[in-house]
Amino acid sequence: MKNKSLLLYAFAYLAFLYVPVLVLPVFSFNDSQFIAFPLSGFTTRWYGALAGDSAMQHALGNSLKVGIVTALLSTMLGLAAARAVTRYRLRGAGAALGFISLPLFIPDIVLGLSLLMLLGAMGLPLSLAAVMLGHLLVCVPFALTVLIARFEGFDRNLEEASADLGEDGWMTFWRITAPLMLPGIIASLLLTFITSFDEFLVAFFLSGTEATLPIYIWGQLRFPERLPMVLALGAVILAVSVVLVICAEHVRNLGVKNRVVGA
Amino acid sequence: MTQRQGGFKQQILRFGLRWTPPFSDNPAAKGGDVADNGRNAGEGYALLTPTLVVMGLALAAPLALMAVTSLKDQSGMGFAAGWTLDQYGAVLGRASYRLLFLRSVAISAVVTLVTVALAYPMAYFVAFHARRKFFWLVALTIPFWTSYLLRVFAWKIILGYGGVINSGLMRLHLIDQPLGVLLYNPFAVVVTLAHAWAAFAILPIYVSLEKIDRSLLEAASDLGDSALRRFLRITLPLSMPGVIGAAVLIFVPTTGDFVTPSLVGGPAGTMIANLIEVQFNGVGNWPLGAALSLVSMAMVAVIAGLFVASARAAAKAAR
Repeated sequence: MKNKSLLLYAFAYLAFLYVPVLVLPVFSFNDSQFIAFPLSGFTTRWYGALAGDSAMQHALGNSLKVGIVTALLSTMLGLAAARAVTRYRLRGAGAALGFISLPLFIPDIVLGLSLLMLLGAMGLPLSLAAVMLGHLLVCVPFALTVLIARFEGFDRNLEEASADLGEDGWMTFWRITAPLMLPGIIASLLLTFITSFDEFLVAFFLSGTEATLPIYIWGQLRFPERLPMVLALGAVILAVSVVLVICAEHVRNLGVKNRVVGA
Repeated sequence: MTQRQGGFKQQILRFGLRWTPPFSDNPAAKGGDVADNGRNAGEGYALLTPTLVVMGLALAAPLALMAVTSLKDQSGMGFAAGWTLDQYGAVLGRASYRLLFLRSVAISAVVTLVTVALAYPMAYFVAFHARRKFFWLVALTIPFWTSYLLRVFAWKIILGYGGVINSGLMRLHLIDQPLGVLLYNPFAVVVTLAHAWAAFAILPIYVSLEKIDRSLLEAASDLGDSALRRFLRITLPLSMPGVIGAAVLIFVPTTGDFVTPSLVGGPAGTMIANLIEVQFNGVGNWPLGAALSLVSMAMVAVIAGLFVASARAAAKAAR
């Protein structure tokens, strides 16, 4: 009974999440410049316009670069720091953790602007590298939060048992720590990549002439006649994400099967 | 054999990791064997160092510079000589600025409350009742995989004068004139932000619910707790870290959000980030922008800190 109503709530909640997002694909296929009902016919011309837009492709490339580098770096930094604070009894670990998590408590606009002022004072140009540094700031606390939760969630006795049974440090790491951490690492990579790929405000101040995808989109929103094309872009991002997530799930299942066979 | 090999590899690993950690004046770091569980504390500090260096470079230095700049006066393209507190006087003294601060905090607080309250039952369902958890987690996160800007913009399309709701209702002959009250006000900002930040509430709450030891719940039932009592005494308190985390994760960025008030807020929904942005891109008054940034940062930090402290105290008292 209670489960039924919860299930109902869950579907209502999904609808709340999906309806605004579905506006993107619906109107991206609508044969009209104006985003309003009634729909006036099916077209793929907005996708054609999108495919031919070189500024969009350039911005997409920039966003992928920044996102991948940011995800890898912030997950590596987060992994090292998470292991340090969960596995060692360190003096000042609390303070260090607080300092690293500080960006969570600071609005992005302040992070972006303070970096802008630093670059200005040092005479450095605005660039994708600057955006990356800003994104690292935003992403490391996320990576750290995800990874610490994972480290704390797992039973240290497993590592000790492995050592007691004669496995060396590396084997313990590969057979116990890494498989147990893998969901955390994947979660961290995905979270930091999405965060960076989608980050607008920091990039808005730091990207200079090299637009990332959100900066490109922001520029397009001023032109009503380009809106359907921008919606098509949103629909494409959505579709690619769905495929990516399904692939990630597939790979995850393969990994689980192999481990069982190997053991 | 394996033991000896392992020792050797560990030696190499330790050697590779032990390069002058920043806190090496700590006796534990020098001692070598003082560490926890036979591990070297130096390793721990070495693991922590790269992150601290990056954060120092990208966080501490820029903020220090911002603090210095806020004590200056703009003079043409540069700063006037000498130091002044004029910027802070302006920030705290002008009623229009105070209104923007107040409105930003109020909108954000409502957004946080609404988002967390809506997300909790959802996360609870996935953690305790969903048969295919992974499917649900993916389904819940997919909407957040498209652009934040476009998710916000979608609400402008939905709520707009010639938008989806208005054109739909007129088509159904439920209204003759488009409703103008949907867009360009604080309400639109709240709805949009509550939608845009939902994932940041669902995931932390789900994680903390998922971590709860199920045997505690069984024990509570065995000892005669009703489902509601069990929820209030076990589940809710143990999931508070997730709730608190979610609230902070949402409150801080939404207070300083620039995109949403710009796109759907209108004049009545303008927030503090819009004012700050103008100082940098519009009128070019960096010292005032710096002071506004620092004051809003301090305000957010104080409110979030007070919230976390009081939530923890409440959770402790409840136990």
